[in-house]
Amino acid sequence: MTAVLQAEDVTKYFAGRRGLFGGHRGVVRAVDGISFAIDGGKTLGVVGESGCGKTTTAKLVLGLEDPTGGTILFEGRDLVALDAAGRRNYRKSVQAVFQDPYASLNPRMRISAVIAEPLITNETVAPDAVRTRMLEMLDLVGLPARSADLFPHEFSGGQRQRIAIARALVLSPKLVVLDEPVSALDVSIRAQILNLLRELQDRLGLSYLFIAHDLAAVAHMSHEIVVMYLGKIVERGEAQALAREPLHPYTKALFAAALPSHPDERREDVVLQGGSAEPAQSAERLSLPSALPPRHGALRQRGAGGARRRRSHRRLPSL
Amino acid sequence: MTVITPPETATLAAATASRSTAFWRLKGFPLIPVTILLFIAFVAVFADVLAPYDPQIGSLARRFKPPVWQEGGSWAYLLGTDHVGRDVLSRLIFGARVSMIVGLTAVLVAGVIGTLLGILSGYLGGWADQVVMRVTDTWLALPALTFAIFLAAIVGPSELNIILILGLVYWTRYARVIRGEVLSLKQREFVRLAIVAGCSKRVIMWRHILPNVINSAIVLATLMLGVVIVTEASLSFLGVGVPPPKPAWGLMMADGKKGLMVGYWWLTVFPGICIMLMVLSANLLGDWLRVKLDPQLRQL
Repeated sequence: MTAVLQAEDVTKYFAGRRGLFGGHRGVVRAVDGISFAIDGGKTLGVVGESGCGKTTTAKLVLGLEDPTGGTILFEGRDLVALDAAGRRNYRKSVQAVFQDPYASLNPRMRISAVIAEPLITNETVAPDAVRTRMLEMLDLVGLPARSADLFPHEFSGGQRQRIAIARALVLSPKLVVLDEPVSALDVSIRAQILNLLRELQDRLGLSYLFIAHDLAAVAHMSHEIVVMYLGKIVERGEAQALAREPLHPYTKALFAAALPSHPDERREDVVLQGGSAEPAQSAERLSLPSALPPRHGALRQRGAGGARRRRSHRRLPSL
Repeated sequence: MTVITPPETATLAAATASRSTAFWRLKGFPLIPVTILLFIAFVAVFADVLAPYDPQIGSLARRFKPPVWQEGGSWAYLLGTDHVGRDVLSRLIFGARVSMIVGLTAVLVAGVIGTLLGILSGYLGGWADQVVMRVTDTWLALPALTFAIFLAAIVGPSELNIILILGLVYWTRYARVIRGEVLSLKQREFVRLAIVAGCSKRVIMWRHILPNVINSAIVLATLMLGVVIVTEASLSFLGVGVPPPKPAWGLMMADGKKGLMVGYWWLTVFPGICIMLMVLSANLLGDWLRVKLDPQLRQL
């Protein structure tokens, strides 16, 4: 079975800031040769700390940025080589839900217009049909029909995210990019939204590219997880297995730094050796082993500069 | 003994109060400036009914009559007459019409040009942005009044030309502010989502950017109204504005300035007060709107 979306050795470099006299010009390797595939009806989780290239990956998939190198295949066809019709089809098939529900709805548009916009833009549908479809979407995400004529500021964060989901699904896409869809929400609402997303996936057969730094959420949502660090994928594997037994020292540190689900739970205090995680300063990168072969091979946590208690060294920021 | 209101009742009362608070009872609403502006607008609209005389026809037999309360004044000419015997009050009333028409349309012309170019420049970026911003820089480096006089000298004075000139001189102020707004708006996620939904640039600018910068444009318009009216009066005063015998306030001051030395003060003071009141009112209203509608503009 061909994957819905397949990325092969995709890179995205940004030109760094120029010096005062136009001299040294660094390159920021936001995404540095990553490959992944998302199967139909499955969720690929992407985790990593801030600035590791997760969001750039999302933008590349959404076509908001063009990759510097590598290919992205949608249903086996290269995105770069698509003709106008193919591009339109891709636009319709791939939608997104972003992090901040307060910024992702135009404050001047009624909810009906927000949800119907992708439909009106991409297809010629009679106004009645648009309205019917829009109400259907509201119902699908669990909002009352009277929401349609209200403005975004009349809703809470969780409700807005439901609206954003309704908008993303109005075109019946195949793949939805979820870029930190619950990070900005109240903890009590997160589970509701995540369960809604899972339910919708089961019902509509959607594929998700789920990006987050909340490991519990990613483990809960995903079938497969990739761990990104400074633009590279350092570990990948089946979600439950990876969450239960991370192999790569960075993944271990990442999981260890997350808040435990119970306050009494003890966790190993994993401290990584090395400098700051600035993508521009590659010289100061943490000396970590490169990507592991998926789920086999020796435990390498004692590898070069691996996980060890060293008080003087940098700790990972709390995630 | 103090009576403690139960909290639910208190919030309920507060909610009811806030709902019944009408627009004009809002805190700090500039009631007097708005009244003045509305009065001037009313006078401008009904000038034909309100003015006791034709503002352009006078009689030399009754020139330089002082206002009614001064010796030699009469109830027939409340605010006196000018050097050709025209009624000052009637001229002020028709002058309000000129000021209103020129002020509002010039602000509109400047606003439309500036807002459109600001949106194009901010959203498209690249060379379009470079061109618009360099032109804006150049424009802002020119002294506005001198530039307006220069343009008026080329195209010749007429009411329509004055409107176009003022629009051309002042659009850059809008372009600057609107561009800044657009730069921050286009980073917002709803604009990205519109791209993902397949909206064209034109649609995004029209549907997503424009409605969100309209508030700023309105605030700017109110603040610009005062500037534009003063410039119009200055141009008329200098003889390159509204051509005589049309009764513009600036023109009336220019006509009366020779009389100032020999005691005909009413010829300059009354139009001066009118200009001052209108500009002051527009600015006070603009200040209030700025705080009310657009917190980002507060430090402007």
